[in-house]
Amino acid sequence: MRLTGSEIFMKCLQAEGVHTVFGHPGGAILHGYDVLLDYPIRHILVRHEQVAIHAVEGYYKASGKTGTAIVTSGPGATNTITGLTDALMDSMAIVVFTGQVPTAVMGCDAFQEADVVGTTRTCTKHNFLALTTEELPRIVKEAYYIARSGRPGPVLVDLPKDIIMGRAEFKGYPDEVDIRGYKPSVNGHLGQIRKAAELVATARRPVIYGGGGIIHADASAEFTELVNITQIPTTLTLMGLGALDTSHPLWLGMLGMHGTYTANMCMVHADLIIAIGPRFDDRVTGKLSEFGKNARIIHVDIDPTSIRKNVHVDVPIVGDVKRVLTQLNAELTKVKRDWRAEFEEWYGQIAEWQRGHPLTYYQHPEGRIKPQHAIDQLYRLTEEHDPIIATGVGQHQMWAAQYYRARHPRRWITSGGLGTMGFGFPAALGAQAAFPDKLVIDIDGDGSFQMTMQDLITCVQYNLPVKIFIINNKYLGMVRQWQQMFYGKRYSQVDLEIQPDFVRLAEAFGAAGLRVEREGDVKPAIQKAVSTPGPVVVDIVCDREENCFPIIPAGGALKDIIEAGDPIPERLFQGWR
Amino acid sequence: MTDPKHYRKHTLSLLVENHQGVLAKISALIAAKAYNIDSLSVAETLDPTVSRMTMSVRGDEWVMEQVVKQFHRIIDVIKVVDLTDEPHVNREMVFIRVNAEPANRAEILRITEIFRGRIVDVTPTTYTLEVTGEEGKIQAVLELLQPFGIQEIVRSGTLAIARGSKTVPRREESRLRVASRKQAVAE
Repeated sequence: MRLTGSEIFMKCLQAEGVHTVFGHPGGAILHGYDVLLDYPIRHILVRHEQVAIHAVEGYYKASGKTGTAIVTSGPGATNTITGLTDALMDSMAIVVFTGQVPTAVMGCDAFQEADVVGTTRTCTKHNFLALTTEELPRIVKEAYYIARSGRPGPVLVDLPKDIIMGRAEFKGYPDEVDIRGYKPSVNGHLGQIRKAAELVATARRPVIYGGGGIIHADASAEFTELVNITQIPTTLTLMGLGALDTSHPLWLGMLGMHGTYTANMCMVHADLIIAIGPRFDDRVTGKLSEFGKNARIIHVDIDPTSIRKNVHVDVPIVGDVKRVLTQLNAELTKVKRDWRAEFEEWYGQIAEWQRGHPLTYYQHPEGRIKPQHAIDQLYRLTEEHDPIIATGVGQHQMWAAQYYRARHPRRWITSGGLGTMGFGFPAALGAQAAFPDKLVIDIDGDGSFQMTMQDLITCVQYNLPVKIFIINNKYLGMVRQWQQMFYGKRYSQVDLEIQPDFVRLAEAFGAAGLRVEREGDVKPAIQKAVSTPGPVVVDIVCDREENCFPIIPAGGALKDIIEAGDPIPERLFQGWR
Repeated sequence: MTDPKHYRKHTLSLLVENHQGVLAKISALIAAKAYNIDSLSVAETLDPTVSRMTMSVRGDEWVMEQVVKQFHRIIDVIKVVDLTDEPHVNREMVFIRVNAEPANRAEILRITEIFRGRIVDVTPTTYTLEVTGEEGKIQAVLELLQPFGIQEIVRSGTLAIARGSKTVPRREESRLRVASRKQAVAE
């Protein structure tokens, strides 16, 4: 059967099980969009290509299904760079198809031409340039396989116009892939797993430190089992939230720069750190020379490059977290040990930290709304719906991590590695497209939301009823906090007091808008937003200068953690005077 | 974590897919991670779909572990071997254009002979030599010719091959491995 490249492409997408794509058409990809009309694939037309990429990230993170985006050449493709980099840092399985000018004029500065495989080389897990119509099925197959296997990541396929318009014999979608240079390990090395089990069985002050790998591997059941077998206190990274139910008695809270005092102290004083699927990010380790000084470290990760990248590891185990945990749990169930009795002293120490250093805020009944209070209320009022939470980047993100106690995997979507402002709302849009009937909440900042808010119209058009809660302090809050703490309170370019009326803005888009300015109105507004059909923007006007605590100053060790009310040591001053 | 004082030279041998963009991926990685690459040579292997890259990299054990892992991460890289501590042969070829005044010609010829080099081009005032050897030998011949006035040198970069009968895995073999992995995934 001789078909055009576009037809072959659509047939491949169908065979791959792609039901929903996000995208934006344009000149070079016109032929593909023409053929799309004849295929039962739902296309969500975004208003900016960056939104398409964050939306497929949200779609992937919420559903576990590889996300697909289609954009045109040149500006369409270059607008995806931020999203691709974000997806690479946070291991999001997405495949992005970009139009390209015809092969005959590539390299000649043609209209809407950009060297897309060149510019995306370092921000994709892999990229392809299709040079013949015949090879399209193999490329599409490999693209999806590479995106979702091993450590997931973004894959880009560049499709020149003549390749998708040309004809070739379509022999069907390949059943398997054969990539010589790509063989991700699945099972952990048994010898290493036994060594790890021995260390766990003899530790006196161990801590489990879980990361995003648990979510990607769908291994939260196995992870919880590890915690239950060993009774070891557990912390998670920002990306790992949801891997362990936050109501679990051994839950310590998130660790890292804005993690709980207790979680960070556990890392400082532990004699064994059991790292399951994290990558020892600098926001977690703090000063590397001080990290885990007294501890042995076990590190399980599917990506060999993550192991010993930042931190020396005693027992590295390369493999799929789900498989390795199954193997490790089997070893640990054989251990004859009264775990709880052996950890009594350790538990005592932890309880003392928890009592002395809880996460706190104070909401004056007549005062301005504290952002923590708004998020805490949001959690209490919506938790029963098991909602999907997305966030932007900044103070509100950290407060959401602390106070919206994500209880289940794939319910917490945030930009961790790249820290992309503007990520939250499109990610929520994508998650909502994957789960049209679920409550999807975007906890956003006024700064973050303004970066991608134009796509509110997309939510309206496709009836994606995302509930957006803007934690509005009319500042670029996190930057302001750093300027206050480390730059002598010299506020430079952080004031967002001049801003749109978010309520009228929402209404202009055809969505509902609400504003809350007093503590007493928070609860009814949340209830109203949840019960209102369609997208809703809730503008929560908050205390402008509230700071996010605890904080480990950049470059500081975990033990340098600063809590609310602590003096800022003079040596941390980074500014000019 | 790492101290350049303890760096030493490593010879890496890479097998990579022989298609467009692969060299760019490798060099983009080198640039992004700021690795110290002394030389790089690339050419097709017996299997025309595969290229061999030989690379000289400076680093300590930790740096080298990262370099090897990062190269492995590139999908188009099939195999990476650090030959440094394995028995191997390495050679570099250099062309040297040196001033050859009549008075010096005999001496230059003698040096060329001692180093088992060849004269590949002659002009009334210059000789062009071809010399092959390990890095030390190349360095030595350059030092000996220096007094005559070296006009230009062109070096190939190091090439290396493991001693013994170890060879590149054949394609069938790697297919088998892919198949068994797929089975593992299916389980």
